[in-house]
Amino acid sequence: MTRRAVVTGIGVTAPNGLGAEAYWAATLEGRNGIGPISRFDPSGYPVRVAGEVADFAAAEHVPSRLIPQTDNWTHLGLAAAAWALEDAGVEPSAFPEYEMAVMTASSSGGTEFGQREIERLWSKGPSWVGAYQSIAWFYAATTGQISIRHGMRGPCGVVCAEQAGALNAAGQARHLIETGTRLVVTGGTDAALCPYGLTAQYSNGRMSEAGDPDRAYLPFGVDAAGYVPGEGGAMLIVEDEADARARSAPVVYGTIAGHASTFDPRPGSGREPGLRRAMELALADAGLTAGDVDVVFADAAGVPELDLQEAAAIGAVFGPRGVPVTAPKTMTGRLYAGGAALDLAAALLSVRDDVIPPTTGVTELAPGCDLDLVRGAARETRVGAALVVARGYGGFNAAVIVTKADQRSTR
Amino acid sequence: MTQTTSFTVEDLKETMRSCAGVNESVDFGSDISDITFEDLGYDSLAVLEVAAKLQNHLGVVIPDDVAEQLVTPRALAEYVNVRLTD
Repeated sequence: MTRRAVVTGIGVTAPNGLGAEAYWAATLEGRNGIGPISRFDPSGYPVRVAGEVADFAAAEHVPSRLIPQTDNWTHLGLAAAAWALEDAGVEPSAFPEYEMAVMTASSSGGTEFGQREIERLWSKGPSWVGAYQSIAWFYAATTGQISIRHGMRGPCGVVCAEQAGALNAAGQARHLIETGTRLVVTGGTDAALCPYGLTAQYSNGRMSEAGDPDRAYLPFGVDAAGYVPGEGGAMLIVEDEADARARSAPVVYGTIAGHASTFDPRPGSGREPGLRRAMELALADAGLTAGDVDVVFADAAGVPELDLQEAAAIGAVFGPRGVPVTAPKTMTGRLYAGGAALDLAAALLSVRDDVIPPTTGVTELAPGCDLDLVRGAARETRVGAALVVARGYGGFNAAVIVTKADQRSTR
Repeated sequence: MTQTTSFTVEDLKETMRSCAGVNESVDFGSDISDITFEDLGYDSLAVLEVAAKLQNHLGVVIPDDVAEQLVTPRALAEYVNVRLTD
């Protein structure tokens, strides 16, 4: 029998909610998690607002032994993974260790940790650089720490494709489940809200310099002027559907039904970006047509040119205003490696509850962005299938389709 | 150099706590002097980190290969203490 990858647990660390249900309630209400940067004094920087995970105290959620060894990005990932396992009713020690895998996304590794150690290097000298720098800032640190903490020794890896990474990680998780792995922790987090991280991101020329948290990030809107950075993300537990039913998993949120990734053509080539192709390939992979999709969770760059490209791609696949589109990331900012993971969590909750969360802030659509953008309030409607799309800086595109779990096998 | 004249296991505990954390399964308040770092949950990287901190803050040189031989808090504290009072 074909194995089918379903999501049985969700853990969220988001600027507008800690824990999947808190995040979901805030998101459906349109509660904004974006505010003035408080982690450091941003007055010398052009970017003033961000989505900070303000209420997260690592000491409450992460083993104390791990705190000094790891970056805040890994703290957020460890907490989200533990919550996702708890949500799934999974006690890892009950699973064979080589049949559990960890596949996360990372965008810039342990940026804040790295900044601290590099400051010590130049101000005090090499002997002041902590030994943990060797393990804390590289991309696979979160995957590795989750793997060690929960004894998961199956196929582990990390995908680095900026904002698109978590969708590719989810695609890989699905592949692992289909080929026999029992359980995969997948998703992504990010936490690069430090001067070093912000300066590196700013070089992409796509960030919003607006100071009003409610008006700084307006994808597809007439006033779109860049994106707001954020931190946090989500972790998901993926299992085979029959396995999950057999162990009486408390909840099956939905199926990871399709995945595709593409890469943009060389800049200046004049050829079409790869986003439309990623959506079409994901649909084909899921065995669905455009008409089966009930909502698109957009990448929502917030940069006019990129918004137009995305609107054109969605229009080409679904027709003008042919599908509801939403961007709950307007309440969190773009979370880099955590962004698509959080969108996947939102899509799964959307499929569970038959409701589409709103896009906040955007009042008037930009000319050319001919979309049915869900605004103002959440929209209650049947959601049988949701398409999540993401673009990563540098040319990455990815799409994942989640569907309601197969009702026929529900007990 | 420093004003410190003696370095105890209690001082070492404070360094360990601040730079490498404490395993939940370990009663850090009890006498851990003769429990190996390994049994306390400190791998070689953690011991190197602790040794580097002591070196930076107390001025006592603890070469990496020496640190590897000092397998208990008592051994490490005594090594530091002898060199502090020299």
